Amino acid sequence: MTQATFAAALLTPDLPCPAGLRAWNGSDPTARLAVYRNNVVSSLIGAVAHTFPVTQELVGEAFFRAMASVFVRQHPPRSRVLAHYGAEFADFVDGFEPARAVPYLADVARLERARVLAHHASDADPLTAETLGVAMSSGEDLGALQLVCHPSTSVVLSGYAIVSVWAAHQGDGDLSDIDPAVPESALVVRLGLDVLVLRLPPGAARFVIALQTGAGLADASALAAGEAADFELPKVLALLLGHGALISVQLPGSHFQ
Amino acid sequence: MLPAVPKVRSGAGLPARSGVGLKPEHFRDALETRPDIGFFEVHAENYMVDGGPFHHFLGRIREHYPLSLHGVGLSIGAEGPLDEGHLDRLDALMKRYQPASFSEHLAWSSHGEVFFNDLLPVPYDRATLYRVCDHVDRVQERLRRQMLLENPSTYLEFEASTMDEAAFLTEVIRRTGCGLLLDVNNVHVSCVNHGRDALAYISSLPLDAVGEIHLAGFATDRDAVGAPLLIDSHGAPVDEAVWSLYAAVLARTGPTPTLLERDNDVPSLATLLAEAQRAEDLMLAPSEPERCGIAWGGS
Repeated sequence: MTQATFAAALLTPDLPCPAGLRAWNGSDPTARLAVYRNNVVSSLIGAVAHTFPVTQELVGEAFFRAMASVFVRQHPPRSRVLAHYGAEFADFVDGFEPARAVPYLADVARLERARVLAHHASDADPLTAETLGVAMSSGEDLGALQLVCHPSTSVVLSGYAIVSVWAAHQGDGDLSDIDPAVPESALVVRLGLDVLVLRLPPGAARFVIALQTGAGLADASALAAGEAADFELPKVLALLLGHGALISVQLPGSHFQ
Repeated sequence: MLPAVPKVRSGAGLPARSGVGLKPEHFRDALETRPDIGFFEVHAENYMVDGGPFHHFLGRIREHYPLSLHGVGLSIGAEGPLDEGHLDRLDALMKRYQPASFSEHLAWSSHGEVFFNDLLPVPYDRATLYRVCDHVDRVQERLRRQMLLENPSTYLEFEASTMDEAAFLTEVIRRTGCGLLLDVNNVHVSCVNHGRDALAYISSLPLDAVGEIHLAGFATDRDAVGAPLLIDSHGAPVDEAVWSLYAAVLARTGPTPTLLERDNDVPSLATLLAEAQRAEDLMLAPSEPERCGIAWGGS
């Protein structure tokens, strides 16, 4: 028997126990293969539950584990590093028919996945307001300045109140006071050792995404203002600086210390 | 020809004391209270990330304790070649944290692209022996150090097996010069699961190659005819049967670096330290094998 045969039997419980396996007491090896089948699936469900605790709370443990058991068989890990596992989970939840009753479930999963990535992202010292001030008063073309985001930074866009829902599950606010249909976008960033989840003001999500794709201050601001007339650059810069979401400021070809 | 691996006991760097697995929920507690233990052990794969709290805390804890790096994803028993990218990641961790010991399992955990996150069994036949030896040789060559190979917990046997597990391990150790990570819980689990005598199994291993011992808890199930089937759960305190077996091993090996493993239902650090203390008390007790009530079979 090859490992391919054994591997297929692990993830497909309907497959018969492969030939060539035995037990010392002559008992049916299927019951013993079941230990491996259970170890694999339950450890992977555990890994998914570890990454998506609020997603689990929103639907309850029994529903979540049933959903995750389908997921881990369809999308077993491709990496030996389990911190990377679960990239496809939110899209899977989007398409999981029984979860339709909680329309914001997949976006909450996206937020939780972003938190895990931020937790393990590279370290980098935050940009200080002083350094940014030096760059902005350097007489250079202000609009061309590029702000570099911390490696842990990401934006999660949603048509639902994912930040409020997530925060309520951390004991911050009451779920019953939340209208889930209010769109919210989240900034996820690690400040020191702690991963933060912040509600972004109008236009700020577009602004951060523009920065991450290399846009200068003028272009990023224009994109943000085009989306939200009340976009306020100073307020958003203060928010990003204050939470360690920026690490450097540069002009193409130069760098401010 | 045997590979030229220095015949240094792998545990040479780990003190002959007890240690515990370092869990993220204990990072702060461990750093603030600095418990008097011999070493910490971590799963290598948990630290194959770019930055953040895992590296922050491990770096600080490493300043105060020897470290055992224990891999769970190298898939040494796999039919396919070793993942060189994974070896590179291990090498980077070695350089960064300078562990006193590196260990892995006699098992496979990946097939093709898929990682199963479990330690899967291999048949004990010539083809597997040659392959496992090739893989251990490659690990020791790439990491430029001796590794320890851990005996597995298994639930099934293969009709293709032509030697018993102890003979297989002995042969791998002889051919590659690797050391043995003797998991006493795995010995108990596998021997109950396959109707073997645990002391006879241990007696037929090259105990002078033991660089580290693992102790852990198991769960109890039943097979298709109601025979006990023990599951290596790492989710319970060490069983009394395993403590007895451990004392019997110590009577033969003398004090040996010993890890208390707990990966599920992790209790407080204090609870783990109490188990580690019990291991150390046994290690330092005068050798009295009869005290543990176990009689060695003929060996």
